[in-house]
Amino acid sequence: MATEELVRIDNLKKHFKISNGIFRKNTVVKAVDGLNFSVYKGETLGIVGESGCGKSTTGRLLMKLLEATEGKMYFEGEDVSTWDKQKLKARRRDFQMIFQDPYASLNPRMIVEDIIEEPLKTTDMSKEERKARVKQLLDDVGIPQDYRTRYPHEFSGGQRQRIGIARALALKPKFIVADEPVAALDVSIQAQIINLLVDLQEEYDFTYLFIAHDLSVVQYISDRVGVMYLGKMVELSESDDLYENPLHPYTQALLSSVPVPDIHHVKDRIPLEGEIPSPDNPPSGCPFHPRCPIAKQHCKEEVPSFREITEGHYVACHEVK
Amino acid sequence: MSDIWYQFKKNKIALFGLFMTTAFIIAAIVAPLLAPYDPYKMSGAESLAGPSMAHWLGTDQFGRDIWSRIIYGTRISLKVGIISVGISLVVGTLIGVVAAYYGKWVDSVLSRLTDVMFSFPDILLALVIMAILGPSLTNLMIAIGIVYTPIFARIARGAVLTIKNALFIEAAKSMGISNVKIMWKHILPNSLAPLIVQVTLSLAFAILAEAALSFLGLGASPDTPSWGIMLSEGKNWMEQAWWIAVFPGIAITLAVFSFNVMGDGLRDALDPKLKNESS
Repeated sequence: MATEELVRIDNLKKHFKISNGIFRKNTVVKAVDGLNFSVYKGETLGIVGESGCGKSTTGRLLMKLLEATEGKMYFEGEDVSTWDKQKLKARRRDFQMIFQDPYASLNPRMIVEDIIEEPLKTTDMSKEERKARVKQLLDDVGIPQDYRTRYPHEFSGGQRQRIGIARALALKPKFIVADEPVAALDVSIQAQIINLLVDLQEEYDFTYLFIAHDLSVVQYISDRVGVMYLGKMVELSESDDLYENPLHPYTQALLSSVPVPDIHHVKDRIPLEGEIPSPDNPPSGCPFHPRCPIAKQHCKEEVPSFREITEGHYVACHEVK
Repeated sequence: MSDIWYQFKKNKIALFGLFMTTAFIIAAIVAPLLAPYDPYKMSGAESLAGPSMAHWLGTDQFGRDIWSRIIYGTRISLKVGIISVGISLVVGTLIGVVAAYYGKWVDSVLSRLTDVMFSFPDILLALVIMAILGPSLTNLMIAIGIVYTPIFARIARGAVLTIKNALFIEAAKSMGISNVKIMWKHILPNSLAPLIVQVTLSLAFAILAEAALSFLGLGASPDTPSWGIMLSEGKNWMEQAWWIAVFPGIAITLAVFSFNVMGDGLRDALDPKLKNESS
């Protein structure tokens, strides 16, 4: 696998302040709390986690749609925080996003060809070049050319997501953040879109950060998978390695809950006790300790470091040796 | 569009409003064809003549034909309505969109400014502006335009606030589209519906305000065929010649009523919640 770093994030944090009125203390929600990882060129890095674990916030931070509270982000070795407005505008074409909800991510008052052409207008392409590019993109994502002048509401969810994908691809980005791109779709359509995403990666040669909460989807598409819990990454490894040999108790519990399509399969589920704690008041020490089946006293006191156990397999757990 | 029309035409009163509005607009355009007399032409012999075959709605104290003056009056009323509402629409929407889109202190400053303007009674504020600018038709339109600006600012702000956190706005930002383009191409087209409704309602207010201010002698010069001026002149002759004041009054009422019911109908037709109930 290629090991050239495309994106690296270093102790990335995003804290949201929630105002409770003038007389009460403001709450701080630690949506993302100290993330470290790299995305290598040409790979697909899957990010999984429960709702509210900060995976979408991570995607938005990488897209520069949110300003990080703390930490550094490097794109092709350049510190993103040093980019001024002009530079950011020029570099935006290199990283694009596919959104979760295809019903809300397309302007209802624009026709399809205008939606796809819009990002191209930020470049110096001529009108003819843009039209040709839109035509190409429609072919790439499998939308018939006749539908060019239709409005988003005239399409099904899967087709809308294809339009969203075409728009993200328009500028030939190097890096695409796909934020649960199939979560809002019917199961029958999900596979089509996943396959389309895989095919397009081969054709266009870009890098994915693939955010999802569906472990089987992530396993299929990802080269490496990171598991997030309460704004932190608890485990990161090569996809096959992670699924065969999960080390963190949270990952083990998650994987044991994946349904297996085999009637003879004896389920060995590890039930998780309790609720996911609120990120405005995370537990001390290891954030997972209140629900962890193997938690010890030191788990409540010390925050585990994110260590490399075997080559390329990182875990944040005191009990993993 | 066809959907909106389908909803709109179910409302018969609104349809009447649309019909009357269209009639007023046509009357204003082809006024010379509909008016049998020159609205400015005086005739001492025919002064204060009651309604007759020669003068359908009678004549005023100078012998001018009331019907002809009312027809020409639609031009003044519509002109004042369209231009003054146009001023408030453009300025108010600009203020509202900018306030809501940028938020924070920009929003606070602009919103408080509109609040201050809101706190004055409409006509009083118009009177003050007219007193500063001096009486003329142009100044009248500017004054009415300024008075109704805060309404549009507030409506636009509200509409933009609901749309600005939409996912497609975030998508546009992620593509590097400039703020001005996002406001113009994404936010404005999606917040237009309530503004269109307000335009039709404000047209009615503007016509009324023009009549009121003209009545007070703050509008066009007294010989202009304006409904408000005619009403004002007519009040001096109410006992001898009721028709001088009554017919322009009916014209004002009809125009205001038409715009209002059309606006109400449009608002109902554009409201998606009502759509679901009826289908």
